Amino acid sequence: MYTQALNKEVAEVESEDTEKLEAFQARIDREEKIEPNDWMPAAYRKTLVRQISQHAHSEVVGMLPEGNWVTRAPSLERKAILLAKIQDEGGHGLYLYSAAETLGVSREELVDQLLTGKAKYSSIFNYPTLNWADVGAVGWLVDGAAIMNQIPLCRCSYGPYSRAMIRICKEESFHQRQGYDLLVAMMKGTPEQQEMVQDAVNRLWWPALMMFGPSDKDSQHSAASMKWKIKRFTNDELRQKFVDATVPQARVLGITLPDPDLKYNEEAGHWEHGQPDWDEFYNTIHGNGICNKQRMKDRIRAHEDGAWVREAAQAYAAKQSAKKSAA
Amino acid sequence: MMKDQALFTYCMRLADDSAIISQRLSEWCGHASHLEEDIALTNVALDHIGHARELYTYAGQIEGKGRDENALCFHRVEREFANLLLVEQPNDDFAYAIMRQFLFSAFMHPFWEAMKASKDEQLAGLAAKAEKEAAYHLRHSAEWVIRLGDGTEESHNRITDALEFLWMYTGEMFECDEVVSSLVAKGVAVDPMSIKHLWVETVNSVLTRANLERPAQSWMQTGGRGGEHSEHLGHILSPMQYLQRSFPQAQW
Repeated sequence: MYTQALNKEVAEVESEDTEKLEAFQARIDREEKIEPNDWMPAAYRKTLVRQISQHAHSEVVGMLPEGNWVTRAPSLERKAILLAKIQDEGGHGLYLYSAAETLGVSREELVDQLLTGKAKYSSIFNYPTLNWADVGAVGWLVDGAAIMNQIPLCRCSYGPYSRAMIRICKEESFHQRQGYDLLVAMMKGTPEQQEMVQDAVNRLWWPALMMFGPSDKDSQHSAASMKWKIKRFTNDELRQKFVDATVPQARVLGITLPDPDLKYNEEAGHWEHGQPDWDEFYNTIHGNGICNKQRMKDRIRAHEDGAWVREAAQAYAAKQSAKKSAA
Repeated sequence: MMKDQALFTYCMRLADDSAIISQRLSEWCGHASHLEEDIALTNVALDHIGHARELYTYAGQIEGKGRDENALCFHRVEREFANLLLVEQPNDDFAYAIMRQFLFSAFMHPFWEAMKASKDEQLAGLAAKAEKEAAYHLRHSAEWVIRLGDGTEESHNRITDALEFLWMYTGEMFECDEVVSSLVAKGVAVDPMSIKHLWVETVNSVLTRANLERPAQSWMQTGGRGGEHSEHLGHILSPMQYLQRSFPQAQW
Protein backbone atom coordinates (compact mmCIF):
# COMPACT_ATOMS: atom_id res chain seq x y z
CA MET A 1 0.00 0.00 0.00
CA TYR A 2 1.15 3.58 0.42
CA THR A 3 3.10 2.33 3.43
CA GLN A 4 4.55 -0.90 2.10
CA ALA A 5 7.96 -0.48 3.67
CA LEU A 6 6.40 -0.90 7.09
CA ASN A 7 5.87 -4.54 6.38
CA LYS A 8 9.51 -5.19 7.09
CA GLU A 9 9.57 -3.46 10.41
CA VAL A 10 8.82 -5.06 13.70
CA ALA A 11 7.53 -2.87 16.48
CA GLU A 12 9.99 -2.26 19.25
CA VAL A 13 9.65 -4.19 22.45
CA GLU A 14 7.98 -2.06 25.03
CA SER A 15 9.73 -1.40 28.26
CA GLU A 16 7.36 1.26 29.45
CA ASP A 17 5.18 1.50 32.46
CA THR A 18 2.97 -1.60 32.41
CA GLU A 19 0.09 0.18 34.05
CA LYS A 20 0.08 2.95 31.46
CA LEU A 21 0.37 0.40 28.69
CA GLU A 22 -2.59 -1.55 29.99
CA ALA A 23 -4.73 1.56 30.31
CA PHE A 24 -3.71 2.59 26.78
CA GLN A 25 -4.59 -0.83 25.37
CA ALA A 26 -7.92 -0.76 27.21
CA ARG A 27 -8.79 2.54 25.51
CA ILE A 28 -7.90 1.07 22.12
CA ASP A 29 -9.97 -2.02 22.85
CA ARG A 30 -12.93 0.20 23.71
CA GLU A 31 -12.41 1.85 20.27
CA GLU A 32 -11.60 5.20 21.87
CA LYS A 33 -9.53 7.60 19.76
CA ILE A 34 -6.05 8.47 20.94
CA GLU A 35 -5.43 12.22 20.68
CA PRO A 36 -2.13 14.15 20.36
CA ASN A 37 -1.81 15.11 24.02
CA ASP A 38 -2.70 11.66 25.34
CA TRP A 39 -0.03 9.34 26.66
CA MET A 40 1.03 6.76 24.07
CA PRO A 41 3.80 4.16 23.88
CA ALA A 42 6.92 5.38 22.07
CA ALA A 43 6.62 2.56 19.52
CA TYR A 44 3.01 3.52 18.74
CA ARG A 45 4.13 7.09 18.08
CA LYS A 46 7.06 5.95 15.96
CA THR A 47 4.98 3.53 13.90
CA LEU A 48 2.40 6.22 13.23
CA VAL A 49 4.95 8.85 12.25
CA ARG A 50 6.47 6.45 9.77
CA GLN A 51 3.16 5.27 8.39
CA ILE A 52 1.58 8.72 8.09
CA SER A 53 4.69 10.29 6.59
CA GLN A 54 5.10 7.47 4.06
CA HIS A 55 1.51 8.01 3.13
CA ALA A 56 2.08 11.77 2.78
CA HIS A 57 5.21 11.22 0.66
CA SER A 58 3.25 8.83 -1.57
CA GLU A 59 0.61 11.47 -2.18
CA VAL A 60 3.22 14.05 -3.11
CA VAL A 61 5.37 11.77 -5.31
CA GLY A 62 2.13 10.45 -6.78
CA MET A 63 1.47 13.89 -8.24
CA LEU A 64 4.32 13.33 -10.71
CA PRO A 65 3.17 10.38 -12.87
CA GLU A 66 -0.22 12.01 -13.41
CA GLY A 67 1.33 15.43 -13.80
CA ASN A 68 3.15 13.89 -16.75
CA TRP A 69 -0.11 14.17 -18.72
CA VAL A 70 -1.45 17.54 -17.57
CA THR A 71 -0.19 19.56 -20.53
CA ARG A 72 -1.30 16.82 -22.97
CA ALA A 73 -4.81 16.11 -21.67
CA PRO A 74 -7.01 15.63 -24.74
CA SER A 75 -9.91 17.91 -23.77
CA LEU A 76 -10.41 20.93 -21.56
CA GLU A 77 -12.76 19.01 -19.32
CA ARG A 78 -10.29 16.12 -18.85
CA LYS A 79 -7.52 18.60 -18.18
CA ALA A 80 -9.59 20.25 -15.47
CA ILE A 81 -10.48 16.88 -13.90
CA LEU A 82 -6.86 15.79 -13.92
CA LEU A 83 -5.58 19.06 -12.45
CA ALA A 84 -8.21 18.96 -9.73
CA LYS A 85 -7.27 15.37 -8.88
CA ILE A 86 -3.57 16.17 -8.60
CA GLN A 87 -4.46 19.20 -6.53
CA ASP A 88 -6.44 16.93 -4.18
CA GLU A 89 -3.36 14.73 -3.81
CA GLY A 90 -1.29 17.74 -2.82
CA GLY A 91 -4.04 18.52 -0.31
CA HIS A 92 -3.87 14.96 1.05
CA GLY A 93 -0.12 15.41 1.44
CA LEU A 94 -0.81 18.55 3.48
CA TYR A 95 -3.38 16.97 5.80
CA LEU A 96 -1.14 13.98 6.35
CA TYR A 97 1.98 16.04 7.09
CA SER A 98 -0.18 18.00 9.54
CA ALA A 99 -1.43 14.77 11.14
CA ALA A 100 2.19 13.61 11.48
CA GLU A 101 3.16 16.96 13.02
CA THR A 102 0.71 16.32 15.88
CA LEU A 103 3.07 13.51 16.87
CA GLY A 104 6.00 15.87 17.38
CA VAL A 105 7.87 15.88 14.07
CA SER A 106 8.09 18.78 11.64
CA ARG A 107 7.14 18.73 7.98
CA GLU A 108 10.67 19.94 7.12
CA GLU A 109 12.20 16.89 8.82
CA LEU A 110 9.83 14.57 7.02
CA VAL A 111 10.43 16.15 3.62
CA ASP A 112 14.15 15.95 4.28
CA GLN A 113 13.80 12.21 4.97
CA LEU A 114 12.06 11.79 1.62
CA LEU A 115 14.60 13.79 -0.35
CA THR A 116 17.59 12.05 1.23
CA GLY A 117 16.09 8.64 0.48
CA LYS A 118 15.61 7.72 4.15
CA ALA A 119 11.83 7.59 3.86
CA LYS A 120 9.90 5.42 1.44
CA TYR A 121 6.81 6.03 -0.66
CA SER A 122 4.57 3.61 -2.51
CA SER A 123 6.27 1.48 -5.18
CA ILE A 124 3.44 2.17 -7.63
CA PHE A 125 4.66 5.70 -8.36
CA ASN A 126 7.93 4.35 -9.73
CA TYR A 127 6.12 3.11 -12.81
CA PRO A 128 5.78 5.43 -15.80
CA THR A 129 2.51 6.74 -17.29
CA LEU A 130 2.99 5.99 -20.99
CA ASN A 131 -0.31 6.76 -22.64
CA TRP A 132 -3.41 8.81 -21.81
CA ALA A 133 -5.28 5.70 -20.64
CA ASP A 134 -2.70 5.38 -17.86
CA VAL A 135 -4.32 8.42 -16.26
CA GLY A 136 -7.62 6.53 -16.14
CA ALA A 137 -5.97 3.29 -15.06
CA VAL A 138 -4.18 5.06 -12.23
CA GLY A 139 -7.50 6.43 -11.01
CA TRP A 140 -9.32 3.14 -11.35
CA LEU A 141 -6.66 0.70 -10.13
CA VAL A 142 -4.25 2.73 -8.01
CA ASP A 143 -6.82 4.87 -6.25
CA GLY A 144 -9.03 1.78 -6.10
CA ALA A 145 -6.31 -0.17 -4.32
CA ALA A 146 -5.57 2.77 -2.06
CA ILE A 147 -9.21 2.97 -1.00
CA MET A 148 -9.20 -0.70 0.07
CA ASN A 149 -6.49 0.08 2.56
CA GLN A 150 -7.67 3.52 3.52
CA ILE A 151 -11.26 2.74 4.41
CA PRO A 152 -10.18 0.69 7.43
CA LEU A 153 -7.76 3.53 8.30
CA CYS A 154 -10.77 5.80 8.83
CA ARG A 155 -11.24 3.72 11.99
CA CYS A 156 -7.57 3.90 12.95
CA SER A 157 -7.07 4.41 16.68
CA TYR A 158 -5.14 7.66 16.26
CA GLY A 159 -7.70 10.49 16.02
CA PRO A 160 -5.93 12.97 13.69
CA TYR A 161 -4.98 10.22 11.23
CA SER A 162 -8.43 8.71 11.27
CA ARG A 163 -10.07 12.08 10.64
CA ALA A 164 -7.68 12.91 7.79
CA MET A 165 -8.47 9.54 6.24
CA ILE A 166 -12.22 10.12 6.30
CA ARG A 167 -11.83 13.17 4.12
CA ILE A 168 -9.18 11.57 1.92
CA CYS A 169 -11.34 8.49 1.29
CA LYS A 170 -14.22 10.61 0.02
CA GLU A 171 -11.94 12.28 -2.50
CA GLU A 172 -10.20 9.04 -3.47
CA SER A 173 -13.45 7.31 -4.28
CA PHE A 174 -14.35 10.25 -6.50
CA HIS A 175 -10.99 9.89 -8.25
CA GLN A 176 -11.55 6.22 -8.78
CA ARG A 177 -14.89 6.84 -10.48
CA GLN A 178 -13.38 9.58 -12.63
CA GLY A 179 -10.60 7.22 -13.70
CA TYR A 180 -13.09 4.53 -14.59
CA ASP A 181 -15.20 7.05 -16.50
CA LEU A 182 -12.13 8.07 -18.54
CA LEU A 183 -11.54 4.41 -19.46
CA VAL A 184 -15.20 3.83 -20.32
CA ALA A 185 -15.09 6.80 -22.71
CA MET A 186 -12.00 5.37 -24.40
CA MET A 187 -13.44 1.87 -24.64
CA LYS A 188 -16.44 3.33 -26.47
CA GLY A 189 -14.02 4.97 -28.88
CA THR A 190 -11.70 3.98 -31.70
CA PRO A 191 -9.64 0.75 -31.86
CA GLU A 192 -6.51 2.78 -31.02
CA GLN A 193 -8.16 4.10 -27.86
CA GLN A 194 -9.21 0.59 -26.83
CA GLU A 195 -5.65 -0.63 -27.37
CA MET A 196 -4.35 2.15 -25.15
CA VAL A 197 -6.68 1.07 -22.36
CA GLN A 198 -5.66 -2.58 -22.61
CA ASP A 199 -2.00 -1.60 -22.72
CA ALA A 200 -2.34 0.59 -19.63
CA VAL A 201 -4.13 -2.16 -17.69
CA ASN A 202 -1.55 -4.76 -18.78
CA ARG A 203 1.23 -2.61 -17.36
CA LEU A 204 -0.49 -1.38 -14.19
CA TRP A 205 -2.45 -4.42 -12.98
CA TRP A 206 0.44 -6.22 -11.29
CA PRO A 207 2.00 -3.08 -9.80
CA ALA A 208 -1.46 -2.27 -8.37
CA LEU A 209 -1.59 -5.69 -6.68
CA MET A 210 1.89 -5.06 -5.29
CA MET A 211 0.59 -1.98 -3.51
CA PHE A 212 -0.78 -4.20 -0.74
CA GLY A 213 2.74 -5.36 0.13
CA PRO A 214 4.17 -8.89 0.25
CA SER A 215 2.08 -11.97 0.79
CA ASP A 216 1.16 -12.64 4.44
CA LYS A 217 3.44 -15.65 4.56
CA ASP A 218 6.43 -13.43 3.66
CA SER A 219 5.35 -10.37 5.53
CA GLN A 220 6.60 -9.68 9.01
CA HIS A 221 3.69 -7.31 9.46
CA SER A 222 3.58 -6.01 12.90
CA ALA A 223 1.30 -7.74 15.34
CA ALA A 224 1.52 -4.53 17.33
CA SER A 225 -0.12 -2.55 14.50
CA MET A 226 -3.06 -4.95 14.62
CA LYS A 227 -3.23 -4.85 18.40
CA TRP A 228 -3.14 -1.05 18.35
CA LYS A 229 -5.77 -0.91 15.63
CA ILE A 230 -3.56 1.01 13.25
CA LYS A 231 -3.89 -1.87 10.81
CA ARG A 232 -7.03 -4.00 10.74
CA PHE A 233 -6.59 -6.38 7.80
CA THR A 234 -3.62 -8.33 6.46
CA ASN A 235 -2.02 -7.62 3.09
CA ASP A 236 -3.56 -10.68 1.46
CA GLU A 237 -7.02 -9.94 2.85
CA LEU A 238 -6.94 -6.45 1.38
CA ARG A 239 -5.52 -7.68 -1.94
CA GLN A 240 -8.32 -10.22 -2.18
CA LYS A 241 -10.97 -7.58 -1.50
CA PHE A 242 -9.46 -5.47 -4.26
CA VAL A 243 -9.39 -8.32 -6.79
CA ASP A 244 -12.95 -9.30 -5.94
CA ALA A 245 -14.17 -5.74 -6.44
CA THR A 246 -12.16 -5.10 -9.60
CA VAL A 247 -12.67 -8.21 -11.74
CA PRO A 248 -16.37 -7.49 -12.39
CA GLN A 249 -15.52 -3.86 -13.23
CA ALA A 250 -12.93 -5.06 -15.75
CA ARG A 251 -15.57 -7.22 -17.42
CA VAL A 252 -17.99 -4.31 -17.70
CA LEU A 253 -15.19 -2.25 -19.17
CA GLY A 254 -14.46 -4.97 -21.70
CA ILE A 255 -10.76 -5.45 -21.03
CA THR A 256 -8.78 -8.57 -20.11
CA LEU A 257 -6.84 -8.57 -16.87
CA PRO A 258 -3.34 -9.94 -17.54
CA ASP A 259 -3.60 -12.88 -15.12
CA PRO A 260 -4.18 -16.35 -16.65
CA ASP A 261 -4.82 -17.76 -13.16
CA LEU A 262 -7.88 -15.59 -12.46
CA LYS A 263 -10.71 -17.99 -11.65
CA TYR A 264 -13.86 -17.61 -9.60
CA ASN A 265 -14.03 -19.96 -6.64
CA GLU A 266 -17.75 -20.47 -6.02
CA GLU A 267 -17.24 -22.13 -2.69
CA ALA A 268 -15.03 -19.42 -1.25
CA GLY A 269 -16.90 -16.63 -3.05
CA HIS A 270 -13.61 -15.11 -4.16
CA TRP A 271 -11.60 -14.61 -7.32
CA GLU A 272 -8.44 -16.72 -7.17
CA HIS A 273 -5.51 -14.86 -8.68
CA GLY A 274 -1.86 -15.28 -9.54
CA GLN A 275 1.06 -13.68 -7.70
CA PRO A 276 2.84 -10.55 -8.86
CA ASP A 277 6.54 -10.78 -9.64
CA TRP A 278 7.85 -10.24 -6.11
CA ASP A 279 11.45 -9.85 -7.32
CA GLU A 280 10.29 -6.86 -9.33
CA PHE A 281 8.50 -5.55 -6.23
CA TYR A 282 11.61 -5.76 -4.00
CA ASN A 283 13.72 -4.30 -6.77
CA THR A 284 11.36 -1.35 -7.05
CA ILE A 285 11.17 -0.62 -3.33
CA HIS A 286 14.96 -0.84 -3.19
CA GLY A 287 15.33 1.94 -5.74
CA ASN A 288 15.62 0.07 -9.04
CA GLY A 289 12.17 0.73 -10.47
CA ILE A 290 11.89 2.36 -13.88
CA CYS A 291 11.23 5.81 -12.44
CA ASN A 292 12.66 5.79 -8.88
CA LYS A 293 15.62 7.98 -9.74
CA GLN A 294 13.57 10.26 -11.97
CA ARG A 295 10.90 10.80 -9.29
CA MET A 296 13.48 11.71 -6.67
CA LYS A 297 15.33 13.94 -9.09
CA ASP A 298 12.09 15.81 -9.85
CA ARG A 299 11.18 16.21 -6.17
CA ILE A 300 14.70 17.39 -5.29
CA ARG A 301 14.72 19.83 -8.19
CA ALA A 302 11.36 21.33 -7.18
CA HIS A 303 12.60 21.64 -3.60
CA GLU A 304 15.96 23.19 -4.55
CA ASP A 305 14.57 25.46 -7.26
CA GLY A 306 11.96 26.64 -4.75
CA ALA A 307 14.45 27.37 -1.96
CA TRP A 308 14.83 31.04 -2.90
CA VAL A 309 11.03 31.43 -2.91
CA ARG A 310 10.64 29.97 0.57
CA GLU A 311 13.58 32.04 1.84
CA ALA A 312 12.04 35.20 0.38
CA ALA A 313 8.72 34.48 2.06
CA GLN A 314 10.47 33.95 5.39
CA ALA A 315 12.62 37.05 5.02
CA TYR A 316 9.54 39.11 4.19
CA ALA A 317 7.59 37.71 7.14
CA ALA A 318 10.52 38.46 9.46
CA LYS A 319 10.68 42.06 8.21
CA GLN A 320 6.95 42.47 8.73
CA SER A 321 7.01 41.15 12.27
CA ALA A 322 10.04 43.35 13.07
CA LYS A 323 8.07 46.35 11.79
CA LYS A 324 5.09 45.38 13.93
CA SER A 325 7.09 45.00 17.10
CA ALA A 326 8.88 48.32 16.42
CA ALA A 327 5.55 50.08 15.97
CA MET B 1 -20.47 35.47 -43.06
CA MET B 2 -21.66 34.74 -39.57
CA LYS B 3 -24.15 36.97 -37.84
CA ASP B 4 -21.74 38.46 -35.36
CA GLN B 5 -18.17 38.15 -36.53
CA ALA B 6 -16.90 40.77 -34.08
CA LEU B 7 -18.42 39.07 -31.05
CA PHE B 8 -17.00 35.72 -32.17
CA THR B 9 -13.52 37.23 -32.54
CA TYR B 10 -13.80 39.01 -29.19
CA CYS B 11 -14.81 35.83 -27.36
CA MET B 12 -12.06 33.84 -29.06
CA ARG B 13 -9.43 36.34 -27.92
CA LEU B 14 -10.58 36.09 -24.33
CA ALA B 15 -10.88 32.30 -24.56
CA ASP B 16 -7.35 32.00 -25.97
CA ASP B 17 -5.95 34.22 -23.18
CA SER B 18 -7.51 31.90 -20.61
CA ALA B 19 -6.52 28.67 -22.35
CA ILE B 20 -2.90 29.69 -22.84
CA ILE B 21 -2.30 31.09 -19.36
CA SER B 22 -3.90 28.00 -17.83
CA GLN B 23 -1.58 25.81 -19.88
CA ARG B 24 1.41 27.79 -18.59
CA LEU B 25 0.18 27.59 -14.99
CA SER B 26 -0.49 23.88 -15.23
CA GLU B 27 3.18 23.31 -16.11
CA TRP B 28 3.85 23.99 -12.41
CA CYS B 29 1.62 21.17 -11.22
CA GLY B 30 3.77 18.95 -8.99
CA HIS B 31 6.83 21.18 -9.33
CA ALA B 32 6.18 24.32 -7.26
CA SER B 33 8.35 25.49 -4.37
CA HIS B 34 6.00 24.12 -1.72
CA LEU B 35 2.71 22.25 -1.55
CA GLU B 36 0.55 25.23 -0.67
CA GLU B 37 1.79 27.12 -3.72
CA ASP B 38 1.43 24.06 -5.96
CA ILE B 39 -2.21 23.91 -4.95
CA ALA B 40 -2.70 27.67 -5.37
CA LEU B 41 -1.22 27.78 -8.89
CA THR B 42 -3.36 24.80 -9.90
CA ASN B 43 -6.39 26.61 -8.52
CA VAL B 44 -5.70 29.62 -10.71
CA ALA B 45 -5.14 27.33 -13.71
CA LEU B 46 -8.49 25.66 -13.06
CA ASP B 47 -10.32 28.99 -12.94
CA HIS B 48 -8.82 29.98 -16.28
CA ILE B 49 -9.75 26.63 -17.83
CA GLY B 50 -13.30 27.27 -16.67
CA HIS B 51 -13.33 30.67 -18.38
CA ALA B 52 -11.84 29.20 -21.55
CA ARG B 53 -14.49 26.49 -21.70
CA GLU B 54 -17.37 28.92 -21.36
CA LEU B 55 -15.92 31.37 -23.86
CA TYR B 56 -15.06 28.77 -26.51
CA THR B 57 -18.48 27.19 -26.15
CA TYR B 58 -20.16 30.55 -26.53
CA ALA B 59 -17.94 31.46 -29.50
CA GLY B 60 -18.85 28.14 -31.12
CA GLN B 61 -22.56 28.94 -30.72
CA ILE B 62 -22.10 32.38 -32.25
CA GLU B 63 -20.18 30.88 -35.14
CA GLY B 64 -22.86 28.26 -35.70
CA LYS B 65 -20.66 25.76 -37.52
CA GLY B 66 -20.85 23.07 -34.89
CA ARG B 67 -17.39 23.66 -33.42
CA ASP B 68 -17.33 22.94 -29.68
CA GLU B 69 -14.83 24.05 -27.02
CA ASN B 70 -12.37 21.31 -27.93
CA ALA B 71 -12.56 21.87 -31.68
CA LEU B 72 -11.75 25.53 -31.07
CA CYS B 73 -8.97 24.93 -28.57
CA PHE B 74 -7.26 21.89 -30.07
CA HIS B 75 -7.78 22.21 -33.81
CA ARG B 76 -6.44 25.66 -34.60
CA VAL B 77 -2.85 26.57 -35.50
CA GLU B 78 -0.58 29.25 -34.05
CA ARG B 79 -1.61 31.92 -36.57
CA GLU B 80 -5.26 31.47 -35.60
CA PHE B 81 -4.66 31.90 -31.87
CA ALA B 82 -5.40 35.45 -30.75
CA ASN B 83 -4.13 35.49 -27.17
CA LEU B 84 -2.01 38.26 -25.69
CA LEU B 85 1.74 37.78 -26.01
CA LEU B 86 1.98 38.25 -22.25
CA VAL B 87 0.16 35.04 -21.33
CA GLU B 88 2.31 32.80 -23.53
CA GLN B 89 5.61 33.91 -21.95
CA PRO B 90 7.42 30.99 -20.34
CA ASN B 91 7.85 30.02 -16.69
CA ASP B 92 11.53 30.93 -16.61
CA ASP B 93 11.22 30.81 -12.84
CA PHE B 94 8.55 31.42 -10.20
CA ALA B 95 9.13 35.19 -10.42
CA TYR B 96 8.23 35.18 -14.13
CA ALA B 97 5.09 33.14 -13.48
CA ILE B 98 3.99 35.43 -10.66
CA MET B 99 4.77 38.67 -12.47
CA ARG B 100 2.97 37.45 -15.60
CA GLN B 101 -0.07 36.58 -13.50
CA PHE B 102 0.03 39.86 -11.61
CA LEU B 103 0.25 42.08 -14.71
CA PHE B 104 -2.57 40.10 -16.33
CA SER B 105 -4.85 39.82 -13.28
CA ALA B 106 -4.40 43.52 -12.46
CA PHE B 107 -6.09 44.06 -15.83
CA MET B 108 -8.58 41.17 -15.76
CA HIS B 109 -10.03 42.04 -12.37
CA PRO B 110 -11.35 45.50 -13.39
CA PHE B 111 -12.09 44.05 -16.83
CA TRP B 112 -14.54 41.44 -15.48
CA GLU B 113 -15.91 43.97 -13.01
CA ALA B 114 -16.80 46.26 -15.93
CA MET B 115 -18.03 43.34 -18.04
CA LYS B 116 -20.75 42.65 -15.47
CA ALA B 117 -22.60 45.59 -17.06
CA SER B 118 -22.34 44.15 -20.58
CA LYS B 119 -25.51 44.02 -22.63
CA ASP B 120 -24.49 40.53 -23.69
CA GLU B 121 -26.07 38.24 -21.09
CA GLN B 122 -23.56 35.44 -21.56
CA LEU B 123 -20.57 37.69 -21.05
CA ALA B 124 -22.20 39.49 -18.14
CA GLY B 125 -23.01 36.15 -16.52
CA LEU B 126 -19.48 34.85 -16.91
CA ALA B 127 -18.14 38.17 -15.59
CA ALA B 128 -20.11 37.85 -12.36
CA LYS B 129 -18.22 34.64 -11.57
CA ALA B 130 -14.89 35.52 -13.18
CA GLU B 131 -14.64 38.84 -11.33
CA LYS B 132 -14.53 37.03 -7.97
CA GLU B 133 -11.92 34.60 -9.23
CA ALA B 134 -9.82 37.36 -10.76
CA ALA B 135 -9.90 39.19 -7.43
CA TYR B 136 -8.28 36.13 -5.85
CA HIS B 137 -5.74 35.77 -8.67
CA LEU B 138 -4.80 39.40 -8.23
CA ARG B 139 -4.52 39.19 -4.45
CA HIS B 140 -2.47 36.00 -4.62
CA SER B 141 -0.05 37.24 -7.26
CA ALA B 142 0.25 40.76 -5.80
CA GLU B 143 1.13 39.35 -2.37
CA TRP B 144 3.87 37.29 -3.97
CA VAL B 145 5.20 40.26 -5.96
CA ILE B 146 5.49 42.13 -2.67
CA ARG B 147 7.08 39.20 -0.82
CA LEU B 148 9.60 38.60 -3.57
CA GLY B 149 10.35 42.28 -4.10
CA ASP B 150 10.80 42.91 -0.38
CA GLY B 151 12.20 39.47 0.52
CA THR B 152 15.84 38.59 -0.11
CA GLU B 153 18.36 40.13 -2.49
CA GLU B 154 17.99 37.13 -4.77
CA SER B 155 14.20 37.29 -4.86
CA HIS B 156 14.34 41.03 -5.46
CA ASN B 157 16.69 40.53 -8.42
CA ARG B 158 14.59 37.76 -9.89
CA ILE B 159 11.28 39.62 -9.68
CA THR B 160 12.99 42.72 -11.09
CA ASP B 161 14.20 40.69 -14.08
CA ALA B 162 10.72 39.33 -14.64
CA LEU B 163 9.18 42.79 -14.46
CA GLU B 164 11.75 44.27 -16.84
CA PHE B 165 11.24 41.48 -19.33
CA LEU B 166 7.45 41.23 -19.23
CA TRP B 167 6.72 44.96 -19.19
CA MET B 168 6.89 45.28 -23.00
CA TYR B 169 3.93 42.89 -23.30
CA THR B 170 1.55 44.95 -21.17
CA GLY B 171 0.61 47.52 -23.83
CA GLU B 172 -1.31 44.94 -25.82
CA MET B 173 -3.99 44.67 -23.14
CA PHE B 174 -5.10 48.23 -23.89
CA GLU B 175 -5.27 48.00 -27.67
CA CYS B 176 -8.62 48.89 -29.13
CA ASP B 177 -9.18 47.87 -32.74
CA GLU B 178 -12.32 47.79 -34.87
CA VAL B 179 -13.53 44.56 -33.20
CA VAL B 180 -13.38 46.07 -29.73
CA SER B 181 -14.63 49.53 -30.59
CA SER B 182 -17.67 48.24 -32.51
CA LEU B 183 -18.66 46.10 -29.51
CA VAL B 184 -17.94 48.90 -27.03
CA ALA B 185 -20.33 51.06 -29.03
CA LYS B 186 -23.03 48.41 -28.60
CA GLY B 187 -22.43 48.16 -24.84
CA VAL B 188 -21.18 44.60 -25.19
CA ALA B 189 -17.40 44.89 -24.72
CA VAL B 190 -15.24 46.65 -22.17
CA ASP B 191 -13.28 49.64 -23.41
CA PRO B 192 -9.79 48.77 -22.18
CA MET B 193 -8.80 52.43 -21.93
CA SER B 194 -11.65 53.01 -19.48
CA ILE B 195 -10.00 50.70 -16.96
CA LYS B 196 -6.39 51.62 -17.65
CA HIS B 197 -6.22 54.00 -14.70
CA LEU B 198 -7.26 51.14 -12.40
CA TRP B 199 -4.52 48.92 -13.78
CA VAL B 200 -1.96 51.70 -13.39
CA GLU B 201 -3.04 52.37 -9.81
CA THR B 202 -2.81 48.72 -8.83
CA VAL B 203 0.53 48.23 -10.52
CA ASN B 204 2.01 51.39 -9.04
CA SER B 205 0.86 50.66 -5.54
CA VAL B 206 2.01 47.02 -5.57
CA LEU B 207 5.38 47.86 -7.12
CA THR B 208 5.92 50.54 -4.50
CA ARG B 209 5.14 48.14 -1.67
CA ALA B 210 7.46 45.61 -3.30
CA ASN B 211 10.35 48.12 -3.52
CA LEU B 212 10.30 47.72 -7.30
CA GLU B 213 10.69 50.46 -9.88
CA ARG B 214 8.28 50.77 -12.70
CA PRO B 215 10.29 50.11 -15.91
CA ALA B 216 11.19 53.24 -17.83
CA GLN B 217 10.94 51.57 -21.19
CA SER B 218 7.89 52.56 -23.15
CA TRP B 219 8.14 50.45 -26.32
CA MET B 220 5.35 47.87 -26.37
CA GLN B 221 5.23 44.66 -28.35
CA THR B 222 2.14 43.77 -30.30
CA GLY B 223 0.82 41.06 -32.60
CA GLY B 224 -0.99 38.48 -30.46
CA ARG B 225 -4.50 39.60 -31.34
CA GLY B 226 -3.63 39.25 -35.02
CA GLY B 227 -2.08 35.82 -34.57
CA GLU B 228 1.56 36.93 -34.76
CA HIS B 229 3.12 35.42 -31.67
CA SER B 230 6.42 34.85 -29.96
CA GLU B 231 8.22 31.59 -30.75
CA HIS B 232 6.84 30.09 -27.56
CA LEU B 233 3.26 29.58 -28.69
CA GLY B 234 4.03 26.72 -31.05
CA HIS B 235 5.72 24.86 -28.22
CA ILE B 236 2.68 25.36 -26.01
CA LEU B 237 0.29 24.08 -28.67
CA SER B 238 2.38 21.04 -29.64
CA PRO B 239 1.88 19.02 -26.45
CA MET B 240 -1.51 20.57 -25.79
CA GLN B 241 -3.00 19.52 -29.13
CA TYR B 242 -1.09 16.28 -29.64
CA LEU B 243 -3.82 13.75 -28.79
CA GLN B 244 -6.61 15.60 -30.58
CA ARG B 245 -4.42 15.98 -33.65
CA SER B 246 -3.14 12.38 -33.64
CA PHE B 247 -6.63 10.90 -33.30
CA PRO B 248 -8.99 13.43 -34.88
CA GLN B 249 -11.89 10.96 -34.90
CA ALA B 250 -11.64 10.15 -31.19
CA GLN B 251 -13.84 11.38 -28.37
CA TRP B 252 -12.20 11.54 -24.96
